[in-house]
Amino acid sequence: MTAQSTRQPELSFGSAWRYADAPDSTPIEIAHRYGHFIDGEFVEPADGKHIATINPATDEPISDIAAGDESDVDRAVRAARAAQAKWARTKPRERAKYLFRIARRIQERAHELAVLETKDAGTPIRESRDLHIPLAAQHFFYNAGWADKLRYAFAVASPRPVGVCGQIIPAGAPLLMAARKLAPALACGNTCILKPSELSSLVVLRLAEILQEVELPPGVVNIVTGGAKTGEALAAHTGLRAISFTGSTETGKRIARAAAETGARVTLQLSGKSPNIVFADASLDQAIEGAVQGVFFSRGLSCCAGARLLVEEPILGEIVRKLKIRMATIRVGDPLDKNTDVGPLACKQQLDTIKAYLKTACDASAQLHETSASPLPKKGSWCRPTLLTDVHPSDVACREEIPGPVLAVMTFRTPDEAIAQANDTPFGLAAGVWTDKGSKGREIANRLKAGVVWCNTYHKFDAASPVGGCRESGLGREGGIQGLRPYVEFS
Amino acid sequence: MMAERLAVPKTFKLYIGGKFPRTKSGRTIRVAHRDERIIAHVGRASRDDLAAAVAAARGAQGAWANATAYLRGQIMYRMAEMLDGKHEEFTSLLASTVPGGIRRARKEVGAAVDRLVCFAGWTDKFSHVLAGCNPVAGPYDNVTVPEAVGVTAVIAPDEEPLLALVSLIAPPLCVGNTIVALGSGAHPLATCVFGEVCATSDVPPGVVNLLTGMRSELIPHIAHHRDIDAIHAANLPKSQRQVLRAGAAENIKRVTVHKLAADAWYDDNACHNPWLIEPFVEMKTTWRPVGA
Amino acid sequence: MPITAVDSVMVEAEAAAFAKRSVKGEAATQGMRMALSMLDLTTLEGKDSPQKVRALCRKAVQPCGAMPDLPHVAAVCVYPAFVALAKRELDGTGVRVASVATAFPSGQYPLSVRLADVRAVVDAGADEVDMVINRGAFLAGDRETVSDEIRRVKETCAGAHLKVILETGELETYENIRRASDLAIEAGADFIKTSTGKIKPAATMPVVLVMLHAIRDHYLRTGCMIGMKPAGGISTAGAALSYLVMVKETLGDAWLTPDCFRFGASSLANDLLRQLARQATGSDTAKYDFSEA
Repeated sequence: MTAQSTRQPELSFGSAWRYADAPDSTPIEIAHRYGHFIDGEFVEPADGKHIATINPATDEPISDIAAGDESDVDRAVRAARAAQAKWARTKPRERAKYLFRIARRIQERAHELAVLETKDAGTPIRESRDLHIPLAAQHFFYNAGWADKLRYAFAVASPRPVGVCGQIIPAGAPLLMAARKLAPALACGNTCILKPSELSSLVVLRLAEILQEVELPPGVVNIVTGGAKTGEALAAHTGLRAISFTGSTETGKRIARAAAETGARVTLQLSGKSPNIVFADASLDQAIEGAVQGVFFSRGLSCCAGARLLVEEPILGEIVRKLKIRMATIRVGDPLDKNTDVGPLACKQQLDTIKAYLKTACDASAQLHETSASPLPKKGSWCRPTLLTDVHPSDVACREEIPGPVLAVMTFRTPDEAIAQANDTPFGLAAGVWTDKGSKGREIANRLKAGVVWCNTYHKFDAASPVGGCRESGLGREGGIQGLRPYVEFS
Repeated sequence: MMAERLAVPKTFKLYIGGKFPRTKSGRTIRVAHRDERIIAHVGRASRDDLAAAVAAARGAQGAWANATAYLRGQIMYRMAEMLDGKHEEFTSLLASTVPGGIRRARKEVGAAVDRLVCFAGWTDKFSHVLAGCNPVAGPYDNVTVPEAVGVTAVIAPDEEPLLALVSLIAPPLCVGNTIVALGSGAHPLATCVFGEVCATSDVPPGVVNLLTGMRSELIPHIAHHRDIDAIHAANLPKSQRQVLRAGAAENIKRVTVHKLAADAWYDDNACHNPWLIEPFVEMKTTWRPVGA
Repeated sequence: MPITAVDSVMVEAEAAAFAKRSVKGEAATQGMRMALSMLDLTTLEGKDSPQKVRALCRKAVQPCGAMPDLPHVAAVCVYPAFVALAKRELDGTGVRVASVATAFPSGQYPLSVRLADVRAVVDAGADEVDMVINRGAFLAGDRETVSDEIRRVKETCAGAHLKVILETGELETYENIRRASDLAIEAGADFIKTSTGKIKPAATMPVVLVMLHAIRDHYLRTGCMIGMKPAGGISTAGAALSYLVMVKETLGDAWLTPDCFRFGASSLANDLLRQLARQATGSDTAKYDFSEA
């Protein structure tokens, strides 16, 4: 009821009613050691070397995965080459059926896969369960349907497979990243060697089990695990006809150079520093929610994170005040807990990088605000969602990709200023525009240098919709009809 | 020794609005086995049954078209799964009345499954292929996207009664049309049991409605029904085609009548392409101004 | 007052996310007890009788004989004809008497009649008055009339708490709901309430979220706390918990009391009792375990 208060109006999000712990306790079988998946079988690495994979929320080892070297990569490439001709000749309709089977099996085992991703990659279960795994299944389902329709996909004559494809994916959202690359490649009749990140290989190895279950012919998909060395060996292998990489711009450039020597076609999904532009006429509450979800809840797909919030000057105060209120209810902690919004970072190194950026920013002039709801776990590497204000477009924190939940807020006064600021970066991955005026949203969207523009929403993905960057954010697209292009040649 | 167990044969009924009603007229078609035994009396649908089916289809159309393409795809794929699960039943039903025996029937069922799988895959792709961005000379975003026509009546031929029925239903269905299908009158059993496939595949009630009856009797009613938006048929004699086109002119129905030899139903090139879908979409173009 | 745009797709997704919070065990028990204490136990039927209202009051004071430690509900909500009776039945129990007035549910009567309606329930002892806004005037763009009428009703309430029903199902768009919320708050509402329960859709999560945002913005501007009452269509304990999650994460702790948040519902009470009994005993209950009134 009405109660005139004398204190400053502030909302308090305290402990009047606490949610009990809600960890997902589904037991998951995890072997103590995994080999590579080559030619339809799990095989030991050539030199017998394994590395530990840890649960980033607890720093405890979960299992050992094979550390691949040149000879493992070579073995996988040979298996893929051997399988290629037959796979390409397989009736498109039958290729489709294999992919449909994979999609259905991922759906059937979705919960198991979600828990495994959460344990191995630290993705909050909410995100792996509701977003990553369902999307991974959709990528297989969607691309399955293309296998027998490729001739209708392109205006030119008839597409044929490229051949053997190398694919390298990052730590966040491993199954989804694998699906985005494998599904179109297989639909088009290619065979693949996939290298997951050594930080989150287990869910991809579980996919290998699914491939066995659905009786995918041996050699069509091969998975070689390991660290950066393994990736370099794969990128440099002369047996590849195409290489697809998702990760940092720095590594992407190395991959592109290696491919220049081998002659392989290159697809790159690289870094970003994506702008999220909020006009004063926008639906502000939703814009704030979009900003929060776009940068804080997206550790897994952080390449598209809306890390720069560009706000029309008159509403800066209101936006920052409400952002802080919204941030007060973000829950950081055990990723297995169903109420956790933000989980741990992938590794210690990532935390050090973030800390260095934040220090530089604060040394300059930045004001730092972070969520402080609950104490962070003692083990693992954690970073609270962080807001940077009083920063400027030239600050390092506003120009370079920070690999964590950090949002830099800046202002603009006119649409032209907004566009200039948004495009003032070597990147061009994604962008958001918030305005209630349709024509303005379209004008801004048209002038943004970005592969994806979200109008009055942020961070939406679908197997039927292409993503990918321009400029130094990448080359080529994943998803949709355009996502087939890296995997076909025209005769 | 116990007497041999007596089988419990199925009553073949219509499939309308997710239910299996008997025909309102009470009339039936007698179905004889190739060895001349009478094996069933299936419903002979009347004009009233047709009207009920169209009403059910109309009621379900908006939601079906608005369902996500991905969901429609998964439901149609589920239809394929369910049909494959009933492979044996369909094979023996077809073989009991259609010349060519078990082997032919098995091939027909397999092809029908694969056809559903194919169009399950088209649900979220036909827009890529049929839509377009139009480079207009002005400050506008201009895109053209395909949308479902509405209620489509399917008239299946007697040849390949299951495969042809599925092949005629799948293209309009995948884009969001709802279906009133009249199955083969000579070989109606597969049509009746196909309702069970729909009913167990999360196909929303009313999205697919299946009638068995006499083409000559129902075609004039289909042609003149003002709430049917499109017609998909095959292998009709000239006289019936004319009745159809003349009636259809009344409310400008979209009429597509194929002429396909029995073999052609098995030809993926002929039966899997997006131009089979295109007659069952309307193109909508939107203009949106661009300017801050 | 600035017109606040509301994006429907996003606000619906946002509301759906609250429903995904997991509230189990002790948190669920606490939440359900809280929901029970926030209940406006309601009967608004043409066939209501003194007997039914008496039974409802009995249930309001002690929701379940087998679980005597449960809190009483916040209020009973009845038609004007039963206010005096309910007041007698509930005297000294702490349960408040609310009544719908202003020619509920349509409001399509002359203002004088509606004000007389309000005066009658206040004179009969109602602690709280649930009024309906003039949706016809609102949708016709005549905000002055809507506003004036709320002010007149507020004056007539003479200290009784005023809940203003927007009938969101008739306003249809989120922008309308937001504007009507702002207008009702400015005009003196103590509570804003979604629905009469006679129109579908009644309360939904996104509608209530938009109204909570209006309450929050008013508080941030003025420091003045307005209450929220979703009504109609909330019939399960799970749904009630989702609403409480939304309140907790949108307005914070201060609103988690019957003074600031109410549920208008009739069948919710029994589901709360059912689920509380299940939490306490570990067994699922039968439909006949709890009295209907």
